[in-house]
Amino acid sequence: MTRTGSPHDADRSSDGAAPSVVLVTGVSRFLGGNLAARLAANPAIERVLGVDTVPPSREMLRRMGRAEFVRADIRNPLIAKVISGAGVDTVVHAALSAGPGSSGGRTAMKEMNVIGTMQLLAACQKSERIRRVVLKSTTAVYGSGSRDPALFDESMTPKDLPSGGYAKDAAEIEGYLRGFARRRPDVTTTVLRFCNYVGPRIETVLTRYFALPVVPTILGFDPRLQFLHEEDALAVLERAAVEEHPGVYNVAADGVLMLSQAVRRAGRVQAAVPAPLVGPVGRFLRGARVVDYSPEQMRFLNFGRVVDTTRLKERFGFHPRWTTVQAFDDYVRGRALRPVLGAERIEAAERTVLQAARMLH
Amino acid sequence: MPEARVIPLRADETGGRTRWRLGEGRDRGSRGSGRARPGTEARETGREAGRESARTRRPASSTPRPRPSLDDDQVGTEGGAVPPVAAVPDPEPPAWEAGLEDVLRFLRRRLSGDYTVDEFGYDADLADSVLAPALRPLYERWFRVETLGLRHVPDTGGALVVANHSGTLPLDALMTIQALHDEHPAGRRLRLLGADLMFRLPVVGELARKNGATLACNADAERLMSSGELVGVFPEGFKGIGKPFKDRYKLQRFGRGGFVSAALRTGVPIIPCSIVGAEETYPKIGDIAPLARLLGAPYFPITPTFPLLGPLGLVPLPSKWYIEFGEPISLDAYTPADAEDPMLVFNLTDQVRETIQHTLYRLLSQRRNVFLG
Repeated sequence: MTRTGSPHDADRSSDGAAPSVVLVTGVSRFLGGNLAARLAANPAIERVLGVDTVPPSREMLRRMGRAEFVRADIRNPLIAKVISGAGVDTVVHAALSAGPGSSGGRTAMKEMNVIGTMQLLAACQKSERIRRVVLKSTTAVYGSGSRDPALFDESMTPKDLPSGGYAKDAAEIEGYLRGFARRRPDVTTTVLRFCNYVGPRIETVLTRYFALPVVPTILGFDPRLQFLHEEDALAVLERAAVEEHPGVYNVAADGVLMLSQAVRRAGRVQAAVPAPLVGPVGRFLRGARVVDYSPEQMRFLNFGRVVDTTRLKERFGFHPRWTTVQAFDDYVRGRALRPVLGAERIEAAERTVLQAARMLH
Repeated sequence: MPEARVIPLRADETGGRTRWRLGEGRDRGSRGSGRARPGTEARETGREAGRESARTRRPASSTPRPRPSLDDDQVGTEGGAVPPVAAVPDPEPPAWEAGLEDVLRFLRRRLSGDYTVDEFGYDADLADSVLAPALRPLYERWFRVETLGLRHVPDTGGALVVANHSGTLPLDALMTIQALHDEHPAGRRLRLLGADLMFRLPVVGELARKNGATLACNADAERLMSSGELVGVFPEGFKGIGKPFKDRYKLQRFGRGGFVSAALRTGVPIIPCSIVGAEETYPKIGDIAPLARLLGAPYFPITPTFPLLGPLGLVPLPSKWYIEFGEPISLDAYTPADAEDPMLVFNLTDQVRETIQHTLYRLLSQRRNVFLG
């Protein structure tokens, strides 16, 4: 394989050369689309291709600028033609989907996640010009349980293997990527395990969850949550696409929020549901299309999960700009969530109590 | 970049909360970083709150003092809305008022989620303002705990406190936390390592984490110790806490010595800790094993009062307690690589166990009465 891709190679030879043709999957969603837009704004990159099964929104297309949208299904071998035809040298696989609702049911979601990745990696393996593959994964691969250490680092494996859903998909996909890396040692592979994203614009299961006026939680459990601001997520993906960072990295902001604390910061009212009723309540909410919360995410509401980001900071060299608390506050402000229990009301109540006490005395 | 959005970095400085005047001072600095050293900052809030309510912190009130005042945050609630009052001698605000303000300030912090929790889930605000005061009567009045050898616990830096476990319910863990928090000159917070069963239980697991506990595993223990925390462990585990009353004060097997290898790897000293009195709180004279299996519990105890008296049986017997911290066992002579030497780990484990056992015997021989000491 020759590495004479672009004239820009010489400039960045030290950190592994900037890519010339980048392919981004999942561009109709927030992260994929905005990543394509950011890469398109980088003059060092010759071409940016965005792939998805559905076209991005008009606004997203406008934002993507010179990035080209290719309507293709990564489950289809045709993707190999796109990769070889355009001479793609960097693939950012950001299409991993977390919610069965948005991708048309659990079966379709698994198809898309697992089979899609297999096809994509098969196409990459055939291509001569591929130099770098970046996978957007999730910290859900660590599972969530009472026997977990307080913080997971990249070398740890889950105590109980994820039994289904998104987490299992992600674990399998990471396995396929490891296999690919073995067969093509000349290609750099980067796995980014993201925690939950929040921010003013991104739509996830959790951002919808915290937008409920009454937030159901599990009685007697208060999980630790860790968030990542959407802009930080994009910045990490962008750097992984244009720089050389082989390895697996946890990506999360500093600090934690307890679920109860997050609910209060959002000005919501917490409704603790006894554990035996959690299943029915979850099913009801899913049925009513309020929140699409799958069973494995319910476990997350029991125990939460926090990851160690030392490797991200020291080896990758990325420091998230927002802490968990700041990211969450930015989400609350950005969504203009009207607090059910706002600061003003608490203040007023406090004053009333003090005055009443003084008068009584 | 097509659409760079400017989002203020110090986002939480803005917004409605800045209008608060009551508790502005202290809890500001801890925000943002997300991992403010829990021990110091938290204790400050808790302790100070206690002290303030006792002796009000206004200056001497003999001189007339114009209102509204500009300087302090004590009068915050009166705000600008209160019409200026003639310069009458300001009556000393009664102690209850300061106390009430503290309570309200605490409630506001809780209701608006304005407090910091560390990565392990330790909630210093809750632990110092609610859990510690709630346990204090039990510590001071009920068990009349006497703490010995506190000078062996360092004021700063990591250390591993290893203690005997007893009493059917882990009251000894709570009292050891209380002892170090209330009586140690540096008011150290003991970070306990607990069994996974505890974290599976609703409410208990949640409160344990908020009170500074985390799972007893090497990763967590080493992380805490290398970040300079005081870590507590009960290596006997359920074997110790659930042993029958006739075996009281006989130390059980000390696990597999995992705590020693963790201390070796982080190079912190081991402080043996002997607790006398906890064995008599709930004398376990029987065990209904089938019921325990059914509930998934390690044992189902029968004590003289439980289950005979129902919930009343949960009241612990008022034994007199002694908690003695022994001389630290320094591991400076070893290197982290020595953690891989099983013989050394076994020997050190035995040394710690023997030290605690001997201290227990000595304390017991000095004790004349279980309840009077």
